[in-house]
Amino acid sequence: MSAGIVTMSRSRQSARRFAALSRAEGLLLRRNRIALLNALLLPVVLVYSLKAFGGLGASGSRDFGAMLVTGLTAFALLLAVYCNLVTALVARREQLVLKRLRTGETTDAEIFAGTAAPAIAVAWAQIVVAAVAAVVMFGMARPANAVLALVALVLGTAVFALLAAVSTVVTRTVEIAQVTTLPVLIIPFALSGLLVPLATLPEPLRSVAQALPLTPVVELMRLGLTGTTAGGHHLGVAASFGAAAIPVLVLAAWTAAGAWAARRWFRWEPRR
Amino acid sequence: MSWGGRADVIGTGDGAHGRARWFAAMLIGMDDTGVITVRDLRRRYGSKGGHGFDAVRGVSFSVRRGELFALLGTNGAGKTSTMEVLEGLVPPAQGTVRVLGRDPFRERALVRRRLGIMLQEGGFPPDLTVAETGRMWAGTLSAPRPVAEALELVSLGDRSGVAVRSLSGGERRRLDLAMALLGRPEVLFLDEPTTGLDPQSRRRTWLLIRELLAAGTTVVLTTHYLEEAEELADRLAIMHQGRIVRAGTPAQVAASQPARISFQLPAGSREPVPELAGTRVSVTGRSVLLQTQDLQLTLTALLGWANSRDLVLGALDARSTSLEEAFHAVAASADEPINVNRNTEDVAA
Repeated sequence: MSAGIVTMSRSRQSARRFAALSRAEGLLLRRNRIALLNALLLPVVLVYSLKAFGGLGASGSRDFGAMLVTGLTAFALLLAVYCNLVTALVARREQLVLKRLRTGETTDAEIFAGTAAPAIAVAWAQIVVAAVAAVVMFGMARPANAVLALVALVLGTAVFALLAAVSTVVTRTVEIAQVTTLPVLIIPFALSGLLVPLATLPEPLRSVAQALPLTPVVELMRLGLTGTTAGGHHLGVAASFGAAAIPVLVLAAWTAAGAWAARRWFRWEPRR
Repeated sequence: MSWGGRADVIGTGDGAHGRARWFAAMLIGMDDTGVITVRDLRRRYGSKGGHGFDAVRGVSFSVRRGELFALLGTNGAGKTSTMEVLEGLVPPAQGTVRVLGRDPFRERALVRRRLGIMLQEGGFPPDLTVAETGRMWAGTLSAPRPVAEALELVSLGDRSGVAVRSLSGGERRRLDLAMALLGRPEVLFLDEPTTGLDPQSRRRTWLLIRELLAAGTTVVLTTHYLEEAEELADRLAIMHQGRIVRAGTPAQVAASQPARISFQLPAGSREPVPELAGTRVSVTGRSVLLQTQDLQLTLTALLGWANSRDLVLGALDARSTSLEEAFHAVAASADEPINVNRNTEDVAA
């Protein structure tokens, strides 16, 4: 038996620990009815809000499917990933679960990933459902550059998961999370280009908007799904990679900053 | 319920490895005393300037393979702060700590799989059941024993379908212990393992700990129950305000306090209380208190003196020292470290 353990590779053991933690966290998520209800209601809320505001609708109803997927990706990152994860991390910290997990063989990164996995799985499932709905119901065309959409999803998930870890620093209780998450929920969303097209913003505000974490996700999704820039120009695949450079760099910078801040300030146990 | 005779179940996971290492250590004359060595450990909370708080102020001791070492002290004495450094949860502010020959903080990945850690307070999600908690924890360990077996060790087998939030305080403590034992640890850290347990469960936990010791497990324990330390500890240290102020075997630490003889002189007695060698005498009215390092000698002399003068000593009471008295003397004392080590040069204040 011990021979088998010795030969089990380091990455396989790491994957095993990650699986054990995410399975338990998934059980807890399924037992939290309110969080699940939120996740199910999200697509409905989104469709209504997009119909009401129609910021993306400017480019024509032909792209309504792509708009739906882009908007839902933004919502999923903000609510399913960011909000759920702030709540989950604070709850586990205050229950001393994080401290207890750190007494075992699990690494810090595995604990974080294991806790985040169910929230991320829910978010990606919502996006997949939205994409299927967009193809079936609104006849969404093949993505112009699927790689960019995927990059937007992966980097966006990383950024908002890390922002969640950083937000736990100022969040003492699960209840307070409803307040402490508001800045990250409202400001990036308001300036993401979903509500108001970026092109209509006055200059200093437009640059600020482009440096926020959600705007590049929206830009990359739109670019990947429809090949259209924020300014409404249609690009080919090669040109779309060029247009993606700045949003990708912005997301990479947020990822690096988030990882640094989380390592620097994240607390594994409650303040005494 | 199965609390007795499970040497097969109790044994540490890589018992063969452990024995091989032990023999190797014997053959090449390595010092086997240091499963854990702590040298001048300091730990500080808060800022580095004047506003911080020194929780641990220069602590040194070592723990030998297969023994139980107990850390005693009042709340805030620095026991848990010391434990957290040994467990590798935090680095020391100063000093060196070695567990199984390695730095428990920097070499966590190498050390942890051989440790079992029971924190002072639980830390399992309240909405998971006992069995789900066990499955989760087992999934994070390299060589776990079966979950059912670990739960059986602490008599929680019949509670496996119950949510952690519905367990009593004592049951949660036992679940904690079961999880600490799940990885068949060579070294076990128990931070107040029997707090909240009823007397019967406490006895059973003691029995389990003794079986673990017999199977070769090394145990570091903190406790508020002095009889627990007296019952289980091979050696112990009493901490006070971040320092070790007494250390040794339970008997040695108890002996650090003088024995006491008290009595009342008969009414109207004019006899002065005799000067007895090595004895401190205090007289309050008719009440006399003698403090001595040698109870038998002093008592013999006292009774001889009373006999020769036909005195009847009222309320005569003689008691040897106990760990409890030593502990209370420490708690009442100023924060000066008192070194009373005898034959325990590796347990220094």
